[in-house]
Parts: sequence; C-alpha cells; structure tokens
Amino acid sequence: MTVFVSRDKINSGFTSKVQRLADQNLMACYQCGKCSAGCPMAAYMDIPPNQMIRLAQLGMEEELLDSEAIWLCVSCMTCNMRCPKGVRIAELIESMRQIKLRARQDHLQVETIPTADLRAIPPIALIGSMRKFTS
Amino acid sequence: MKLSYFPGCTLKNHARNFEDSTLYAMDKLGVEAVELDRWNCCGTVYSLSTDDLMRQVAPIRNLLRTRERGDSQLMTGCSMCFNTLKRANNRARANEEDLASMNDFMYDEPVDYAGDVDVLHVLEVVRDQIGFDAIRERVVKPLEGLRVACYYGCMLVRPNEAAIDNAENPRVLEDLITVLGGEPVDFSHKTECCGAHQTVDKPEIIADKTYDILGAAKAQGADTVAVSCPLCAFNLDHRQEATLQKHSDFHTMPVVYFSQLMAIALGGSESVLRLDLHHTPPGPLLTGKGLL
Repeated sequence: MTVFVSRDKINSGFTSKVQRLADQNLMACYQCGKCSAGCPMAAYMDIPPNQMIRLAQLGMEEELLDSEAIWLCVSCMTCNMRCPKGVRIAELIESMRQIKLRARQDHLQVETIPTADLRAIPPIALIGSMRKFTS
Repeated sequence: MKLSYFPGCTLKNHARNFEDSTLYAMDKLGVEAVELDRWNCCGTVYSLSTDDLMRQVAPIRNLLRTRERGDSQLMTGCSMCFNTLKRANNRARANEEDLASMNDFMYDEPVDYAGDVDVLHVLEVVRDQIGFDAIRERVVKPLEGLRVACYYGCMLVRPNEAAIDNAENPRVLEDLITVLGGEPVDFSHKTECCGAHQTVDKPEIIADKTYDILGAAKAQGADTVAVSCPLCAFNLDHRQEATLQKHSDFHTMPVVYFSQLMAIALGGSESVLRLDLHHTPPGPLLTGKGLL
C-alpha cells in the first residue's frame, strides 16, 4: 500500500481521537511486530495490527476506517498481553470500530442473517457480533 | 457452601450440557449454586472504550442482584460472562468517578453498587475453595485412559487483570483432569483464539481455526478437547462440518465441557451430560473408555 504522509493528516484529530477513546499512547509503539506475529486474525487482514498502529500514528483515517482489518479483530487480547511497550492494541482497534459505529456505519446487517443461522448459532455469538459490529 | 450463581444466556439453551453438568458436579462437591433471581445478559463482550460507561451497566446490575441476596461472591461458568463481569467490576473498583457514572445510569436501582462483590469462575471455586484433594476423594469413576487436550481460549486467561491462571501456559484444567484420573496432553494451541464471533458471518475463518486447534490436539494423541466457553464449544464442535468441507484431511473429534468430565468422574448419569447437544457425538468415545 502506498500512503502519502502529510502534516494535515497527522494533525487532523483522528490520531488524538483514537488515543482518547482507547486511553492509549499510540506513539509508544516502536514497530517490533509482536502484535501481528501472535494475532490469530492477521492472516485474514488487509492491514496487520502493527501497520494499523503505524497508520494511526500518521493520521491515516480513511485507510483504517475503510479497511477490513478493523472488523476482523476479535479482541482476543493476545497482542495486548505480548506488547513489550504495554500498548493496548485491541483497545486502539476498538476505537476505530467505534468511530465508524458512532457514525451509524454498521458492519453487520442483522436482518440479513438467515433464520436457520439465528436458530443454530448460540446467543453468545450473535450478541457478541452485534456488540462488535452494530451501533 | 452456598454461592450465588450467574448462568448467562447460552447456558440456558445451546449449552444446557454445560449448565446441567456444572450444577451436578458442584452439588456433588458440596457447593449449592443459587441462581440469581433476576439476572440479565452480561453484555457478552467487555466494552473497551473509555467513554462507553453505559455498556458497563448490564454486568454491574448482576453484581447488584448478588448484593441484594446478601452475598459478596458471584460464580459463573461461561468464560465470556466471567470476563465481562470481572472486567466491569475491576473498572468500577478502580475508578470512583466511573462507578458514580454507572450508578447514575441505574437510577431505578434502590441501592448503589459499591464494588463489593467478587466475580469467580467455576474453575477458581474448584481450585481455590473446594481444592483438588477434596475432589480426588470424591471421584468414583476415574477418567482412566482418556487423553484430554485442555483448551482455555482467550477469556479465562486474558488480560492479566481478569485471568484465572498464567496467560501463556495455564495449568488449572490440566490439574483438574489429572485429579479426575484422566491424562492431559501437552497442547500448543490451548490459548489460541477460536475466531469467536466471526462465526456469525465468516464461518470459513472458524473452519481454519478449528482445523488448526483440533489438529494440534489430535497430533498429541488427544481423544477429546475440554473447553469452558460456549462460543469456543460451538466453533470447535458445531463448525466441524464446515471444517471438513474446507479441509478434506480434517479428522472430527468430540469436544466436551470440563464440567461434563467432572460430572462423569463424580458419578453422574448420562442425563446430566446432555450429549444430544453436541455436533460430533462424544458417546462412542466415552463408551469405548468405559465411562458411560
């Protein structure tokens, strides 16, 4: 992916908003890559976790909010546990989801789930996905 | 010993096998689990945003129900309920202002929550309050020759503030299986995520996870995988059909709750196991080992 860094993007407010919602310091990350190495979903992501953090540092709002990756994170907390700088990556990714959801841009359209699935899938999964994917 | 008990939504339907076997085992071990009168959904996942205090109200209400009973401990078996209740409680305890805001949202509650209820997982009660020695004495049908891969998933061990054991190499389930007379196997994937709620719209990812996790168990010679989370159970058991469709060399394997193994060892009949709720039937394996 080619991205263009600019002062405007860095100062756009996206970086500080993500940090505020997660109560984390994005700048603590020094790109060791441990989060992506242990992430059970990294193989399916268009942007792996360590790159999501770098893009967030640079204010790349569009690249992040339009990515599949923010919705693939399941908050399993493996990255948080292994980060040598104590950055809570899962919280930062949750912030990005929240920015979308608070603008009413749901990721899951519940009404499209087939009735057979609604019966077969236990409430723990359905409620979990609604909590993570809908506003 | 009496303990307030929070079942959670899924233990009342899809995971009835988890609830029935847990209550049977607890009863056999002298613990009377008293279900809360008016419990509500815990919210399933802990809210990670700093300003999302409204989402903490659902778990905290259950702690208020516990207090109303005059109890200061709440036990639950579901890993996700445990994690959500425990983390919401931790947050309430750590920040007075947050707790005040949560109480403001619950204007209809006659009493404020004061952070004075402890959230316990069944496995903590088993290890710390009942004790493995007491369990060993009550085993009437040892799980002889049963090789078990113990699967913790995420919510029992992460993050540290809500973990019941070491995050990278937990032992409590292995210790329990040993006391029950079974053989725990070394298991590389014991804390590897199963894919969780992606099962709703991306079952193909779960198929890969189930293939990896059960494959690792099989490679260690495990007969079955023991779990403590109804979502892990669904993904590892009920998604085996999708796994087989995607990976033709996949070998199906029965997945059970740790509580079902406890119930068997403590003398429970087949009716408390509710084996009809499983996708890959554990019946043939258990019969073959002389455990049914």
